[in-house]
Amino acid sequence: MNFALATLVPQRLVRLSSVDLAIIAIYFIAVLCIGFYLKRFAQSGEDFFLAGREMTAWVAGLSFLSANLGSLELLGWAGSSYQYGILAAHWYWIGAIPAMLFLGIVMMPFYYISKTHSVPGYLQLRYGKAASGLSAVSFGFMTILMSGVNMFAMAKVMQVVLGWNIHFSIWVSSLTVGIYVASGGLFSAIFNEVLQFFLIWFGALLIPILGLIEAGGWNGLVARIQHNFPGQNFTHAWSTLGHFEDNPMGMHWTGIVFGLGAVISMGYWTTDFLVVQRVLAAKDLRSAKMAPIIGSFFKMAVPLIVILPGLIGLAVLPEKLVPESALQPGQHSYNDVLPLMLARYCGPGLMGLGVTALVAGFMAGMAGNVSAFATVWTYDIYRPFIRKTAPDRHYVSMGRWCTIIGLFISIGTAYLAMGFASIMDYVQALFSFFIAPLFGTVLLGMLWKRATPLGGFLGLLAGTLTAIGIFASMKIDHNLVAVFALSPMAKGLTQDMYQALWSCSVCVLVTVFVSLATTPKPLAELTGLVYGVTPIPKEENVPLLQKPIFWAGVALVLFVILQIVFW
Amino acid sequence: MSDKHHIIPVWFFVGLLLLTYGALIVASGIAEWQNPPPTVLANLHAPVWWGSLMVVLGGGYIIAFRPRRSS
Repeated sequence: MNFALATLVPQRLVRLSSVDLAIIAIYFIAVLCIGFYLKRFAQSGEDFFLAGREMTAWVAGLSFLSANLGSLELLGWAGSSYQYGILAAHWYWIGAIPAMLFLGIVMMPFYYISKTHSVPGYLQLRYGKAASGLSAVSFGFMTILMSGVNMFAMAKVMQVVLGWNIHFSIWVSSLTVGIYVASGGLFSAIFNEVLQFFLIWFGALLIPILGLIEAGGWNGLVARIQHNFPGQNFTHAWSTLGHFEDNPMGMHWTGIVFGLGAVISMGYWTTDFLVVQRVLAAKDLRSAKMAPIIGSFFKMAVPLIVILPGLIGLAVLPEKLVPESALQPGQHSYNDVLPLMLARYCGPGLMGLGVTALVAGFMAGMAGNVSAFATVWTYDIYRPFIRKTAPDRHYVSMGRWCTIIGLFISIGTAYLAMGFASIMDYVQALFSFFIAPLFGTVLLGMLWKRATPLGGFLGLLAGTLTAIGIFASMKIDHNLVAVFALSPMAKGLTQDMYQALWSCSVCVLVTVFVSLATTPKPLAELTGLVYGVTPIPKEENVPLLQKPIFWAGVALVLFVILQIVFW
Repeated sequence: MSDKHHIIPVWFFVGLLLLTYGALIVASGIAEWQNPPPTVLANLHAPVWWGSLMVVLGGGYIIAFRPRRSS
């Protein structure tokens, strides 16, 4: 996510007609009505926090994908594709597909069979309260901060793109999200995410269609980019990754494969509760396994509406976009590329649809954050540490209040971010680095019977402290970039990759060594939690086309084909 | 999705939204047919065919997932 968006200069990019405003208003009315409708179904804890565990594979899969398809992602990565070319697609391909398939095939059975309500909940069952508490507190704290900085970034984008008042955007969107999530819990969040999925595709897909027509197809697009930017390679995903200095990202293939593919994406897609919560809401194990696999097919296609518009911008825009740091009056930044393309091709009506898609993306992201926060606070902090025994309705009530309180904290964070824009970069960075060691802890917990409670806790703590330490030390002394990220040429995204790799490695090493020196849990206590002592239902009698492993294989083949085509 | 609670499927709401938006966009495209907005490739009248696609898809979803009385 690119928080440089928040520093955009105030300058309205598009103007809305009455039909556009009607489309936006209809969206707000629709989500509120759906929230009120769903309130009657969210009465028990399982209903409110896990949507009754009755979502089909398709609903859970689209929701799982949409929870990550926020508007800042779209705007930021479209800007990155203008800046770095098709290299940005790695965050949608190797940075997502293997991890989503791994979650569906390998990890989901343990999450689902253990009947946990959250990722910290799994850690409690596997390692005990210490590791779970650490994970829950860091997740809850960072999630609510993220929600706030996203809210501010959204309001800033709305100010720049549409000329809306920043306070109006913050309060109207927050109150709407607060009302519908507090009403319908995860039901509302998931329904809204599925609506958002359709809005984003219908709102953004016209840009690549019309852009390719204008540019003369893919070959015409490549020729125009080469004409506009001679000597630069924007259309190959792997061939420039042999050396740090060969590509505009300052990236090496080891960072992409091991840092992004093996650690960051695995950590995010398999242990970030914001996305995993959607899959836990599936109605049965097969649906839970299929949900991320279904999501992976659409994830592979997301570059069509995110990366391709950036490339089309390189080919057809008459002006050259510039970095935020070099922005002068009258110029536009990389992050403006998606709104500029929207304004280029979309007139009244279609413009409203595109803007509604962005608004829906922001609000769905906010809803995802607060619903995940409410679950983790209620089930992983409040219940184990504050009030252990209470009726189910008490916890549901706590979840509703927590949603509202969480939103108000987010609003406070948004105003804090307004005063100190730089905290957004730190919050983003720290959040992603809590995730990397968590992946090591969860994976060892699922696959290694010998991992002990103390090993899990100390490994997670050491990995988290390593991530924070490396991040801080590189900020303080830039010379350390060459040590931790292997090259002084390594830029922000590259540094992230190696930081994650180090923190996950430290987490795994500490977990292993401490576990070997401490007493393991009895096997009987690991049933349903760990590979080798968990009976996983077989699917021998299921037709091939209904087997998750078959579709995971198809997704993997498509993924490989894409890498070869855009090599 | 609605086995336990008999909730109207989310696809029905998706259909309603697509149909409504599609109708508005088609109407807007027809209204500007003679005097298209100053966008690139406005001569292709994207609002008309894109909006029509949304109407067809939205209508399909509404019919397929309309709420039915449970027996």
